[in-house]
Amino acid sequence: MSLIHFQVLSAALFSIGIYGVLARRSAVLILLSLELMLNAVNINLIAFAAYGQQAQATGQIIAIFVITVAAAEVGLAMAIILRLFRDRASVDVDEVDLMKW
Amino acid sequence: MSLSLVVFYLLGAICLGGAVGVVVSRNVVYAALLLLVSLIAVAGLYLLLLAEFLALVQLLIYGGAITIVVLFVIMLTRVQEFRAMTDNPQWPLAIVTSLAVFALLAAAMIKGAPSETTRQSVDFQELGDGLFAQWAVPFEVASLVLLVALIGAIVIAREKEIE
Repeated sequence: MSLIHFQVLSAALFSIGIYGVLARRSAVLILLSLELMLNAVNINLIAFAAYGQQAQATGQIIAIFVITVAAAEVGLAMAIILRLFRDRASVDVDEVDLMKW
Repeated sequence: MSLSLVVFYLLGAICLGGAVGVVVSRNVVYAALLLLVSLIAVAGLYLLLLAEFLALVQLLIYGGAITIVVLFVIMLTRVQEFRAMTDNPQWPLAIVTSLAVFALLAAAMIKGAPSETTRQSVDFQELGDGLFAQWAVPFEVASLVLLVALIGAIVIAREKEIE
């Protein structure tokens, strides 16, 4: 087991997340796919922190910040989805095109 | 094959299987629960990388908080609508894009693989010192970000006042 195993795993997880973001129509499911992508990034950060030769705490600390921002993002996004559902009775992102040029 | 490699493949399979379930599941509740499975497998991977604190944080925040918030929102928005929800017509393009991204990332990682090193754990003291000394300002900014997000979420989600 070496660094490359974790890197390829995180690349696969990230790609699955990209598929979810591009192909899904429900805003909730797009958000779940986004979480997958953030987790892929975290796996990469922590793998480099574990296998790196110096400044190992830094990798883990940045991963903690990523988790913090992810939590804030989920809270805000869920509020926006609730608002959207209340105003339009739908969470389909294809129907939300007010700001589309 | 060493034991840790077996554990790695097991956790990786659970993680990727759950992730695929999240992006193909027709039922949004199943998708949220499969995301939980995937995230717990990621916590196991953190343990494999000797990052005990991060594994704990992963379980607490993703397993405890984020999944619950997602399930709450699914509950508050009508579930029947999700049942019939299909994917975008652009999904073949999405498959091509994600495979291309994976090929690019994997090729770059394998080509630029650093020399073999062994895993080393970070002890809690080092982590705490880094977080509260070297990274003290970003840490405080992160707490501000959480506060602003909290207030923003309340303001956005609350009912309109009757004027």
